[in-house]
Amino acid sequence: MAIKTYLQAISDGLREEMRRDQRVFLIGEDIGVYGGAFKVTQGFQQEFGEDRVIDSPLSETAITGACTGAALMGMRPVCEMQFSDFVSCAFDQLVTVAAKQHYRVGTPVPIVVRLPSGGGFSGGPFHSQNPEGFFAHCPGLKIACPATPADAKGLILSAIRDPNPVLYFEHKHLYRRIKGEVPDGDTAVEFGKARVHQEGSDLSIITYGAMVYTAEEAAKAAAEQDGTSVEIIDLRTITPWDREAVLASVAKTSKVIVLHEDTHTSGFGAEIAATIAEEAFETLDAPVMRITAPDTPVPFSPPLEKAYLPQPGDVLAGIERLAAY
Amino acid sequence: MAVAREATPVESAEDVKQADLDSEDLLQIYRNMLITRGIEERGHILYRQGKIPGSFYTGRGNEGASVGVATAMQAMDVGTPIQRDMGVHVTRGTEPWRIFAQYMGRSDGLAAGKDGNVHMADIRLGLIAMVSHLPALMPVAVGAALAFQIRREPRVAVAWSGDGAMARGDAHEAMNLAGVRKLPVVFIVDNNQYAYSTPNRLEFACDHLADRAAAYGFEGVVVDGCDVLTVYREAHAAIEKARAGGGPTLLELVTLRMEGHAVHDDAFYVPREMLEHWKEKDPIERHRRWLKESGVLGEAVDDEITVEVKKLLNEAMKRAEESPLPDAADLDTGVYADPEELDTPHHR
Ligand SMILES: Cc1ncc(C[n+]2csc(CCOP(=O)(O)OP(=O)(O)O)c2C)c(N)n1
Repeated sequence: MAIKTYLQAISDGLREEMRRDQRVFLIGEDIGVYGGAFKVTQGFQQEFGEDRVIDSPLSETAITGACTGAALMGMRPVCEMQFSDFVSCAFDQLVTVAAKQHYRVGTPVPIVVRLPSGGGFSGGPFHSQNPEGFFAHCPGLKIACPATPADAKGLILSAIRDPNPVLYFEHKHLYRRIKGEVPDGDTAVEFGKARVHQEGSDLSIITYGAMVYTAEEAAKAAAEQDGTSVEIIDLRTITPWDREAVLASVAKTSKVIVLHEDTHTSGFGAEIAATIAEEAFETLDAPVMRITAPDTPVPFSPPLEKAYLPQPGDVLAGIERLAAY
Repeated sequence: MAVAREATPVESAEDVKQADLDSEDLLQIYRNMLITRGIEERGHILYRQGKIPGSFYTGRGNEGASVGVATAMQAMDVGTPIQRDMGVHVTRGTEPWRIFAQYMGRSDGLAAGKDGNVHMADIRLGLIAMVSHLPALMPVAVGAALAFQIRREPRVAVAWSGDGAMARGDAHEAMNLAGVRKLPVVFIVDNNQYAYSTPNRLEFACDHLADRAAAYGFEGVVVDGCDVLTVYREAHAAIEKARAGGGPTLLELVTLRMEGHAVHDDAFYVPREMLEHWKEKDPIERHRRWLKESGVLGEAVDDEITVEVKKLLNEAMKRAEESPLPDAADLDTGVYADPEELDTPHHR
């Protein structure tokens, strides 16, 4: 067990899997010589060579499509979108080609797309998005959104071993800010199994990715303020997502906030809220509350971006409102 | 300004020898073209009988191009054929009865009813199933070639596109990446001069689509797509060049789409004289003539092959019609793959 940053944990997971499995290779823009825009693959080209750590042209369609082709030939490709925002340029290769291939003709497409996502540092409308919602709507894809270093490593291992196309969202704001214990060795984390980030009894917050920490800060303030006990469920993966864990937490607390950094309308939170309404209506003591970014592009200037991103204060206000309901 | 090379036609027996074909190969090419056309002609019948749900597409006029390229591929090679390339499926060994079952949405179709018409391929025969979005499989073929390059395998991927689809970014990204990494891939453009109703002159402004190859750092060749032997010779050369580490080639195979875009379309926009002119160039008739003139095919053998193909296809139709429709309970099976499926030969 060692303390690692979220970024180191991703890097370790990739490196260990590349050592273990010769079929794994990486392709993306500036990931080789430069080590990636965020240095996740620093030193990889020296260790694994230019054939397994490929600097590609600026071509998200070709990168993603090539991963599918290589996967069909028995490789285990992992590609990097330099920023998750650019995955829009690969939408067709994911949604039209990779996601549907197995359903149509029975050939698995084991690829991983790494997606540095999220805001918090004035990246503006094109370097800050959380586009997981588009893909959560597409049958055939899997989606991971780790929040902790241990999960960052465990889920990248599982993603590479999964026989399906996996979108692995790594939150940029967590890269170097979040440190945590990462168990040594082969510690794959199963998809579709949520994690109780903290136990509580008065209210549940269902979230994932960087918002786990926003929820944590708000919950701490609530506890200090009046002893409100908040349970935080970290979904870890949103396709598949752990309905049982969510419903169990709601059954326990009867009040729930669904929190994410993606925009509001048709965000993944809507799916969670609808499921709770369908499955757990009788156990609720208050309406399900969604706290999300508003329905706007991600703005650039700090005061605007701060207003855009759900803040601990926003979540605390939500907790107070629900607690008083 | 044209930059691509224009392939000289295969004429003499010497040319054929150079193309590395013996008489059995030459007859097999003939047989495969007949099967290809025969499948699509019978498809029309099934369609008229109301047995094919949805639409129905054919590649009439493209039999020489598709069979010629597929004949030049080795068994270990892979490809991503498109809507006019039935000849590729046939040449690689897809059983005709499964193609009819595919047309009719039966459970023995290559997509078991989950997808229809030419959206099919048997990965065990080294073919990857197309999607509607054209030419989305070009980057996929490039990825197959990348796998071969990484593993130092002497295998080649063949990527197909239509002339119209060459206007999309997928084509550019695929060819650029392939050129940069000198990948073992051959790009084939089925230039049948129309994209649905849109003629070449409204699709691109260069003289030939093959001219674009120069911009990606490899050779482009314009080939008469109605001449199966020339197609074969050029495809063979390009594929072996790629196998030897010489990188990609772009082959533009010029034909005319001899039927509408799909069965609903009477192609009123294609000038009648143009159709008449290209009818004279029919790839099957042309090959048959050549075989006869070269003494490879006598009357008796021709009859024998024709009868044999007819029998094969009639039996295939019958067998396909016996294939059950899929069970509605299968609707939600197969959305995700299970880990054990990665142990199939193509995924090791
Ligand atoms: C991206 C995309 N846009 C539109 C279509 C609808 N469509 C199907 S085939 C076709 C024409 C294709 O022309 P071409 O590439 O020349 O191939 P051809 O059908 O002539 O063989 C069109 C527009 C499509 N399949 N994919």
